Order: sequence, then structure tokens, then C-alpha cells
Amino acid sequence: MKENKVRKEPLIKLSRREDIDRKHSWTYRALAIVAALILDAIIIMVTVHMNPLDIYETMFMGAFGTSRKVWITLKDLSLLLLISIALTPAYKMKFWNLGGEGQVLMGAWATAFCMLYLGDKLPHGVLLLVMFLAAIVVGAIWAMIPAVFKAKWGTNETLFTLMMNYVAIQLIAYFVIKWEVPKGSGHVGIINQSTQAGWLPYIGTNSYALIVILVAIVTVGMYVYLKYSKHGYEISVVGESQRTATYVGISVDKVIIRTLFLSGAICGFAGWLMVSGSGHTITTSIAGGMGFTGIMVSWLAQFNVIVMILCSLLIVFMGHGASEIATSFGLNEAFGDILTGIIIFFIIGVEFFIHYKVHTRKSGKEVA
Amino acid sequence: MSTPANKEVAVSLRNVTKTFGSVKANNNISMDIYHGEILSLLGENGSGKTTLMNMLAGIYAPDGGQIFVDGEEAVIRSPQDAFDYQIGMIHQHFKLVDVFSAAENIILGMPGKLKLDKKEILKDIRETVDRYGFEIDLNKKIYEMSVSEKQTVEIIKVLYRGAKILILDEPTAVLTPQETEKLFLVLRAMKDHGRTIVIITHKLQEVLELSDRVAVLRKGEYVGVVDTKDATESSLTEMMVGKKVELNIDRTDPVDVRDLVRIEHLTCLNKYGIKALDDVTFTIRGGEILGIAGIAGAGQKELLEAIAGLQKAEPGSSIMYRAIDNNDEIQLLGKDVNDIKNLGISLAFVPEDRLGMGLVGNMGMVGNMLLRSYNEGRGIFTREKEPRELAEEIRDKLEVSTPNVYTPVRKLSGGNVQKVLVGREISLAPRVLMTAYAVRGLDINTSYTIYNILSDEKKKGVGVVYVGEDLDVLVELCDRILVLCEGKVSGLVDARTTTKEQLGLLMTKYSGDHIAKIDVTKLMDDEGGI
Repeated sequence: MKENKVRKEPLIKLSRREDIDRKHSWTYRALAIVAALILDAIIIMVTVHMNPLDIYETMFMGAFGTSRKVWITLKDLSLLLLISIALTPAYKMKFWNLGGEGQVLMGAWATAFCMLYLGDKLPHGVLLLVMFLAAIVVGAIWAMIPAVFKAKWGTNETLFTLMMNYVAIQLIAYFVIKWEVPKGSGHVGIINQSTQAGWLPYIGTNSYALIVILVAIVTVGMYVYLKYSKHGYEISVVGESQRTATYVGISVDKVIIRTLFLSGAICGFAGWLMVSGSGHTITTSIAGGMGFTGIMVSWLAQFNVIVMILCSLLIVFMGHGASEIATSFGLNEAFGDILTGIIIFFIIGVEFFIHYKVHTRKSGKEVA
Repeated sequence: MSTPANKEVAVSLRNVTKTFGSVKANNNISMDIYHGEILSLLGENGSGKTTLMNMLAGIYAPDGGQIFVDGEEAVIRSPQDAFDYQIGMIHQHFKLVDVFSAAENIILGMPGKLKLDKKEILKDIRETVDRYGFEIDLNKKIYEMSVSEKQTVEIIKVLYRGAKILILDEPTAVLTPQETEKLFLVLRAMKDHGRTIVIITHKLQEVLELSDRVAVLRKGEYVGVVDTKDATESSLTEMMVGKKVELNIDRTDPVDVRDLVRIEHLTCLNKYGIKALDDVTFTIRGGEILGIAGIAGAGQKELLEAIAGLQKAEPGSSIMYRAIDNNDEIQLLGKDVNDIKNLGISLAFVPEDRLGMGLVGNMGMVGNMLLRSYNEGRGIFTREKEPRELAEEIRDKLEVSTPNVYTPVRKLSGGNVQKVLVGREISLAPRVLMTAYAVRGLDINTSYTIYNILSDEKKKGVGVVYVGEDLDVLVELCDRILVLCEGKVSGLVDARTTTKEQLGLLMTKYSGDHIAKIDVTKLMDDEGGI
């Protein structure tokens, strides 16, 4: 026959954990953040020779140092959360809508369009309403185009929605040139600065409070919609198995188109808030990549609306903290990104250890 | 005939253990396989038979324990290692290249010269084929072959590679009685030539007919081994299940039989545009169980789905439902699931793919109860109380074992999943109850629970349709049996007077007609191009 080969067991073996209890998973997550902060501290000490605690304090103050900073953090958190929430019903349905950025931009475009052309023609309240409707309809249409193609002809929505972003960006670029003030500047500038026509009203002197309130309402609404409504149930079934949906008489095409309408409408709503509520102008970068960051937030939270609030807060907090340390310590902006990048890496990476057990050859025991 | 005591041990397993996550698939199993015997490895679904043999075939590595081949410790980490020890396994799902011929598949992956001498190879293979009495055309392409021919190719492939120990995983599951008989002849011929054969199975008659010894596993544990000549069906069942089981199906004579659904000239196309059903005509009657027999893919799926409103039919087809109260006839074709429901026709359907079609795996029992009723009631919100009560009722009545009614059903065992599905469909108080492979993968006790449910529904006057693969069960459970072959009705027989052999012949009545119609280019398209 043949000689007996000596073969070893594989060095590392993975097995999926069957039951993941909450207490354990949250302990792991907390440990991951601590580990990330320690690694960050080492990097800070080795590279820039500063006290990491000073840096962490400055990061914290950057986001929460003054009441104005708190409101800016809250506003950014709200907008990011809103976009994440907009994308979530599509993801629950396993429709990979990567077009949030474009849908937000088109909502912003519709808002700016109304402010520019109807600003002096309509009373303030009516104008706001028209802008709002225009923004959600345009955003919804932008999302429905790939949805209809998917439902009718089975096109790949991932690519389609992604490409729709670039169409939107180019459209905005065209209109920015068309609307630029003064000519040749390449900027639209603050729209209706003197009349403030189409500006979202302040609550007292606070310009952002209304945004936070509106987003809070949408958040609760989405939570209830996904969890308790018939539509939400249909979305879950379609996402889990289209064959099961068909078997019980759910029209998969109808659900896909309807859900993307909703998804796009909320993105359009976010665009409206960005133009009418905070920026009062339009640029190709007004969505600030939040259409993409929102994808991460939605997934990180496993489509749980409540957890999304935490994730958005984390990301916004770190963004603000990173730019704060860049200005206060004269560090390169990229340095802040390294620190926050490490934290996010750990937070995402720990999910692997929450879902899988690692066995080594020697011990046969579980590590981590 | 064969007394293992004076035979040499070919393979022995010592304390072999394999776990998947928290599940012990094989726990501390020690057993011997002798040279030149046919050993049946018997056990219910999920008892760990296939896992154990996969460790001999190099698919899995054991977590603990040792394997000895001819007395020497063997480390088998890949199918190639297994071949080095002259062990070959024929899996339930064939691993063949469709557009290659039988001979090409047989030599695929074997070392050889740069230029293949086809004549030489064919002669070589032919020798193996003749020695054991296989019937096969070596130049036939795999896509032109029936399931039994494909299986033959797999067996020759393993033999040609020099395997002395052959493991067959549920080899008869896809065969007709006639094909099974042929396979047994070949296996016996192989044994006479000194090969060792292990067949994994759960069919008792076959065990008794073919094997020399029977080893039994139960829930991952090794129960024991007996000489076949000392075993009976009931003694083996007791070993498999762990207690005495009554193996009788209580078939009552149908009463108040009335026509419920008249299917006439039903023709459906599959996705390649080939007729999956060809001019099918029969009637579903209330108060009886209509069995549907046929080899896999003979049109059973399309037939049930057409009746359920999930499958389009060609012009000229008709499915007429006769209402119970006023005898009005309603055309069901062209209506979808909701239309049929809105007409007040209660059709229950237990599909073959339980978690992929009948249920949502990630939802609990409650969420799955909602599937059929979520749209009832006013308002935009789903109801919570009714489905929960229904879930609890089904859990208690059918003894579904689940931590609670919100545990995702994919975490339940196959039998419990099926109880959830059948329980929900029965709760619709159906007029027609259609089931596809309702007991596939289920343990013996749950299988009999399902048979009893179907019999009870029949007594209530429901028209029960039972698509099955086990001919013994079809003959014992049903009142009439419709046989499908290549999408056509090849027979409609009285279950009380028919035999397995008659059904087997009807199942292959038109074989060969269909295959010629398959367009090869479309086949290649489907595989993503080869």
C-alpha cells in the first residue's frame, strides 16, 4: 500500500456560535472599544509623542464642548440617522440600495429649485410645503427607477443604484453652474439670504432643533412601520424568501417598488432638510458622503432602528472629534482619521468573534 | 453465508467523534467493516450516518478518535487520501460534468499521459464494466442520462480508481423498484469479486434483502450491529428509534366521495420552454387521498403549483373547482393565490421546500402563522394575538418541540419544522390539501404523525393530494395513485390493488422521450457556461 503520511490538524478552526446572548455580545463590543482606545493611545504616543488622554479629551470637547457644538453634533447625527433609516427598509428586503447619496442630492436639488424659482411667488408656509413635496417625490422617483427595472426585468440593483449617484452628481454640477452667483464663481451661494424664503423656521433662536424633532418623528415612525405594520411584515417576508412571499400571495414586484418609493422619499426628505434647514445652498457635495456612511450605519445596527441612533452618534462624534484634534493640535487631518478608523475597525471586527468561535489546534479550546 | 468472525477487518473506527457547533453528529463511535461484506448503515435522518462515512471519504476530519485501514492508523483529510486507502464514496448528489460523456467523467482528474488514447481508455473502462455486469453506454453524455445511469457512472468512476471499499449514500432514494433490483445485482457481483460495500440507508426492506450485517446509529450514537439473518423489520426499527413503534397506517374506506377539482388537459412549460406537464387530466376528490408517484422532476412540482395559482398554464388547460355548497364550477387557472383566497376557496399547500417556500426560516412560529393571515383585519397593523394563540395551539396539539413560539423555525429540527407548516395549513380548514414530499427527512414517529393527520383530513371530506417518493407508503396510505412520467399521466391506479412493481413500470413508461427534447445550449446557459 503506501506509507502513512503524517498530517496535522489545521492550526485554527472556526465554528459558528449557535446562541449568542446579549450580555456577552455587548461585553465583547465594549472590550473592542477599550482595545481600540489602547491601540490608539500607543499610536499617539509613538508617532506624535502626546498624552493620549489630552487627545481623547479634545475629541470629546470637539463634539460636546459647547452648547453650539452639541447642537451641530445633534444635527449631523439626525441627518445621518435619517439617511440610514431611509435605506433600511430596502436592506431588510435584501434590495441593495447604494443610491442614497444620489437620492438625497436629488431631493436637495428639488428643494433648491423651488426656493430659487418660487421663493418670491408663494407665501412662506406654502413654499415650504411645496419644497417638501417636491423633494420627497424627486427622491422617490430616483429610487424607483432602479426598483422598476429590477422588478420588471431583473436588472442588478447594486450597480444600477450606484450609477444613479453619478447621474445625480452630474445633474447638480450642471445646475450649480446654471444657478451660480456671481457668474464664474462656481458656487450657488446662500439662497434667499435676505428674505429667508424657504428656510426652515428656527425654534427660538435655535436653527437646528426642528431638524432633530422631525428626524425623531420619522425614526419612531419607521420603527413602528417595520415592526408592526402589514407593509413591514411584507418587507420581512420578501427579504427572507421571495418564493415564500409568492406562495402566500404577496406581490414581490409591488413590494419592491413601494418600498423603494418610501426609501427614496425619506432620502429626498433628508435632502430637503439639508438645503432648507441647514445649508441653504446646493453643491454636489452637500450630502457629504452620508448616503454611503448611512449604508454602514444601517448594516452595523443590523437594521435595528434604535441601535442605528447609537451608531450614527458614534460616527458623527468621531468625525467631529477628528477635525477638532486636527485644528487644536495642528495635526494633519488624516491623523484623526487614523484614530477613528481604528475604532471603527475594531467595532466591526468584533462582530466576527461574536458570531464565531475560534479553536486552536493545541488546546482544542475556545479562544476569545 | 458470511460469518464476519472469520473475516479480516478492512476498516475500523475507534471512538470517532465529530461535532458541528454544539451538535454532536457522531459521539464516540467504534465499529468494524469486514472485507468482502455488504454492510448496511441504518439510522433515521439526522442520526449521523452520512457524517460518519464522510469521515472515511475525506470530506470531514474527525474531531477525535482514530481510523484504521487494514490495521494501520489512517489519516484521511481529503477524497484523494481516501482513494489512496482505496476507499470511494458515491454521494447522494452526483458530482458529474453534464456535457462530458460517461467515459470522460470516469477518467476526469486522473493522472494520465498528455495525449489521451481514447480507445485504450474505453477498453480499460469496458473491462471494469463487464466484470460487474453494468449496463451503460460509455459515450453517452451525462445530460442525456437518467438518474440511475448517472449513478452507474459514479459507481464505475469509483471502481475504476481502484476502490476496494465502496460507500453508497442512500443509493436507492432516487431509483424505481426495477432500477433498485439492477443495482442490487451489481452490488452483489461486486461483493463476489471481493469488494467491500457500505450502504447508508433508512429503508428496512432493502437492508434485509441486500446486506450481510446491519449497523445502527441513533442520534449520533452507535447502537450496535446485528447479522441480517437474525434481524426483522420491527427489531431494526426498535434499534433505530429506541422504542417499539407501530408501523401501521390506518387506511379507512372513503365515504361521501365527491369531485372537488377537475384538472383537464393541463399543460405547463418550465423555464426552458419545455413541457413540464403535458395534457394532464384527472380529478381530485373530497374524502380520499390521491397519491402522486413519479421519479423526481416528472412534473409533480408544476402540477401542485398550477393548482395553487403559482404556475402559468398553456391555453386549453383547465382546472375547475366545484364549490361545496352550490356545485358551481369555478375556473382556477389565470387566478393567483389571492384571487383564489378571495373566492373563498380554501386550498392548503405544503410545498417540498419547507423553509424556502412554505415558511420563513428566520421568523418564529408566530411570524409564520401570520403568513397566511397577516392581511386579515382592518387597519395598517398586523395582529399579534390570533397568530400567537394559533402558534401555541399547534405547538401543544402536534407536540412541536421549540424553546418558545418566537424561536426562529430554522433552528428547529426537520420534523418540527414540518409540523409547524402542516399545522398552519390544516388550520386553514382546507377543502383541498396538497402535500409534496411531506415526510422527506422526517423521523419515523413524525412521519406517522403526518400520515395520521392526512388520514384525519380525508375523513373530514378534504381532498388530500399526497406527492410521495416512498412507494411502500404510497401503496399503504392512498386510495388512488396517479403516476406521472415525463410530465404525462402514465397511469391512475387503485392503491389497494396495485403493486410497487406496477408503479415502477408506470413511472418509467415514457422514459427517453423527454431527454431528446432538451436543448443543450440552454442547459449550458443555466450552468453559467462550461
